[in-house]
Amino acid sequence: MSQQRTLIHGLILGAFCLGFGLMLVLTNSFTKDDIALRAVEDRQNSLKQVIPDSIHDNNLATDTLTLKNDQGNEVVAYLSTKEGKVTGVAFETSGSGYSGTIKVMLGVDPEGKILGARVLAHKETPGLGDKIEVKKSDWILRFTGLSVGNPPLDKWKVKKDGGQFDQFAGATITPRAVVKAIREGLKFFDANKTKIMEFKNDPAKNTEPGKTPAKEVLK
Amino acid sequence: MTTDYRTLAREGLWTNNGVLSMMLGLCPTMAMTNSATNGLGMGLATAAVMTASTLLVSIFRNHFSQEVRIPVFVLIIATTVTIVDMCMNAWMHELYKVLGLFIPLIVVNCLPFARFEMFSAKNSPLPSLADGFFMGIGFTLALTTIGAVREISGSGTLFSDASLLLGPAFKFLEMRVLPPDTGILMMILPPGAFLVTGLLLVAKRMIDERSGKAAPAIAAHCAP
Repeated sequence: MSQQRTLIHGLILGAFCLGFGLMLVLTNSFTKDDIALRAVEDRQNSLKQVIPDSIHDNNLATDTLTLKNDQGNEVVAYLSTKEGKVTGVAFETSGSGYSGTIKVMLGVDPEGKILGARVLAHKETPGLGDKIEVKKSDWILRFTGLSVGNPPLDKWKVKKDGGQFDQFAGATITPRAVVKAIREGLKFFDANKTKIMEFKNDPAKNTEPGKTPAKEVLK
Repeated sequence: MTTDYRTLAREGLWTNNGVLSMMLGLCPTMAMTNSATNGLGMGLATAAVMTASTLLVSIFRNHFSQEVRIPVFVLIIATTVTIVDMCMNAWMHELYKVLGLFIPLIVVNCLPFARFEMFSAKNSPLPSLADGFFMGIGFTLALTTIGAVREISGSGTLFSDASLLLGPAFKFLEMRVLPPDTGILMMILPPGAFLVTGLLLVAKRMIDERSGKAAPAIAAHCAP
């Protein structure tokens, strides 16, 4: 008797799981494409913010180069070219903040000067650490135009650590992580500069398919 | 059980308010009220999920047995939250960028569970929908109030970034109450949440006592 009851409860629960599972599957299949589209739009928007429209005539999102950083992780670099010449590069760099990784999109010109920096994703405390977002504060805009050497490398820190960048009231770890991420990003650019500058946006690739793929993996 | 909508509204918004009377859903209350806008965002997301999920529970209330009701509630709330999360990501992306952070937190909120157990599982869909809605709005009001008090005392602003949440038309809500750098930082840190919630509880009890409606409702509603 009691075994039978257990079976019935199990079946009821199973039926509910099946029903709601199906609902989730349906919603997922309806929203999947739109969500992927939004992610691409977000990427294009963030690229637009770190690389000015005036310096490129190519499609930033498709002219990419996969590089390796010090830790051996792959980094996708989005190249901006004008009339075949490399005018800048954008890539993601990250630092560990107060809670989780902070992802920063960094645009750098061929001389190593920052074209722009934007925080793509973070999990910092709202109201304290989220001033790194350009929507909440203009803090991140101060990096534009700076490079390694301006200020010198030992000043690439928050003021509390003897550097030149402001921290926020109540949040030092967050800006420290962003400054470090950008500093590391610039070092990464220096290390890979030759590979980036060698990138050729082959205008012939549309007419001669298969000649030079835009996407090449450099080791 | 009463199905008078005015009673439902009064219960949800004041006498039986989720945060200030039942003391439920305190996890998101503590975490998300460091500004009035965050409180409002969390409250609205919760209200939407509560309205949908109380309706679902009520529709299926005769189909699950007492023994498995808790897993079914968990299933319903998790499904609703995930669906809302996916739909907002796909079709209300701007709002999602602001609210997206809050939505998964609704799963850990006890308030929907309390309402399922006390109300939706025993009542027909329409009153359950109203109950979920008013409870959600009451939750929103409580969170916005706590957020406003904390924001004013902590950072000296009120409804900062409201235009990011509600659209540019609500820019007028954003104001600076105190001059910059005069706030007490502790108020926007976790201790401030406990202090303000406690003080608001005191205020609510005092108002109730003045108006002669002491809160025997609490005991009655805490019983399963």
